[in-house]
Amino acid sequence: MENILNALVVITNFAIVPGLAYGSQLALGALGVTLVFAVLRFSNFAHGETMSFGAMLAIFVTWALQSWGVSIDPLPTALLALPFAILGTVLFVLLTDRVVYRFYREKKSDQVIFIIVSIGVMFVMAGLIRFIIGPSDQVFTDGARFVISAGDFRTLTGLREGLAIKTTQVITLATAAICVALLFWFLQKTRTGKSMRAYADNEDLATLSGIDAGRVVLIAWTLSAALATIAGTLYGLDKSYKPFVFQELLLPIFAAAIVGGFGSPIGAIVGGYIIAFAEVFITYAYKRFLGYLLPEEWMPDGLVQLLATDYKFAVAFVILVLTLLLRPYGLFNKRAA
Amino acid sequence: MSFLKAAGMTGGYGNDDILHDCTVEADKGEIAVIVGPNGAGKSTAMKAVFGMLKLRTGAVTLNGRDVTTMKPTERVSEGMSFVPQVRNVFPSMTVEENLEMGAFLRRDDISGTIGEIYDLFPVLKEKRRQPAGELSGGQRQQVAVGRALMTKPSVLMLDEPTAGVSPIVMDELFDRIIDVANTGIAILMVEQNAKQALEIAHRGYVLAQGRNAYTDTGEALLANADVRRLFLGG
Repeated sequence: MENILNALVVITNFAIVPGLAYGSQLALGALGVTLVFAVLRFSNFAHGETMSFGAMLAIFVTWALQSWGVSIDPLPTALLALPFAILGTVLFVLLTDRVVYRFYREKKSDQVIFIIVSIGVMFVMAGLIRFIIGPSDQVFTDGARFVISAGDFRTLTGLREGLAIKTTQVITLATAAICVALLFWFLQKTRTGKSMRAYADNEDLATLSGIDAGRVVLIAWTLSAALATIAGTLYGLDKSYKPFVFQELLLPIFAAAIVGGFGSPIGAIVGGYIIAFAEVFITYAYKRFLGYLLPEEWMPDGLVQLLATDYKFAVAFVILVLTLLLRPYGLFNKRAA
Repeated sequence: MSFLKAAGMTGGYGNDDILHDCTVEADKGEIAVIVGPNGAGKSTAMKAVFGMLKLRTGAVTLNGRDVTTMKPTERVSEGMSFVPQVRNVFPSMTVEENLEMGAFLRRDDISGTIGEIYDLFPVLKEKRRQPAGELSGGQRQQVAVGRALMTKPSVLMLDEPTAGVSPIVMDELFDRIIDVANTGIAILMVEQNAKQALEIAHRGYVLAQGRNAYTDTGEALLANADVRRLFLGG
């Protein structure tokens, strides 16, 4: 019995808890991508850099707050910085829309042109971010490190294995839950939210009904930038902030959005967790887990790891390809992507 | 002078005119039907009346007021409402949300109007929590008409409301359209099912190559031997 408990603790500690946190970060990222796609009908490749930009602003505000001695210990100061970072990122994204995307919208350019334009925006933003904060790692996590540490857990339960839950993981989950709840309330219950769904559903009829396209576009960008800032900051808090990581994150984020069905908010959330858990469970080394469950003579010699962690992006890529082959419109979408 | 009058419309897409001096009218409580062969410019005439096509000459007046230069959304605020032929509902939204979106420009309480539409189309009340995209073709058309009625329009324009529905559903839809007209709304519609549509029409317009070929009451057009031979298949 104790062995089974130990096995469960091991897998919770090393796979389920990190997977939940990572999944929430992907879900928030994918939501931003999917909202822009639903309204503006293009895949925004600059979204990863928007997350990075938001996280960067959060770091600057955090540093400023720290230097003034402001603290909300045991919570990280970055949470306090988040609203300012969101504001800055929203303004920046709206500026990009004004000077870049609006031009192509008025020209009624093809979807593919928008995608290429967003890649351009991505490179410009990536350069700008490296120019401002530099390419190296930034650690900005402060406050209590653990809600419960492995040692505490061991003394508390008497088990051999420890379960460590980081403060950032709890914050990630809680923030993601709040954001998702607020977003769905907005989309389902408010007049503006409904008009956004109507516009995403049928642009021409929405215009005929008097829904202002410009306003819908503005709100879509605002929500997307806010979600990106939150996702980027949470990711940076949980791991550390590295500017180059966000370009790599684009793949799992797009995979999440596409698996769920591009343009579907529920799909983006479910997709985020699917990709996160697939990555974690396929790259997890099961040796210790099995060690508690199997008789000694059955113990495998290797790590029982299906794929090295270096290849975790391949998992997202394979899921993406399989989705496009088998169910291109995704899990929660009736229209083809 | 009719309540809605679109007179001498000439225009088209790009350089080629599709409409040539085309005139259609509808009065309150009346059903005006535009029929004609494929490519006669029926849908184009509708779009022109609603401001979705730029006219080179001609004028559209609503209750004596010139709306020729107004954008479609402005015409909606003036009391015109349009049901496109295809893609005329919000498929992922519920029936009730579709109706709410129809009243997007209204700031007053819309529950009364929603109630009236449920009285007119009882099936919509049953299905009000269902996404419009999951309904049958005929029910979806009812949602589309209901959405257009949410602005309490004085003119309702329908582009082939019975396209792709069964004959039974078509009769049912025509009955509802008569009900709508009886509430004092002017109805202008384009129809493929010319005979049945002319039977309920107070005015009929037969268009051919973008011109008014025959204009008369629905009854008289049905009785006209030339119209029967040329446009109604005998």
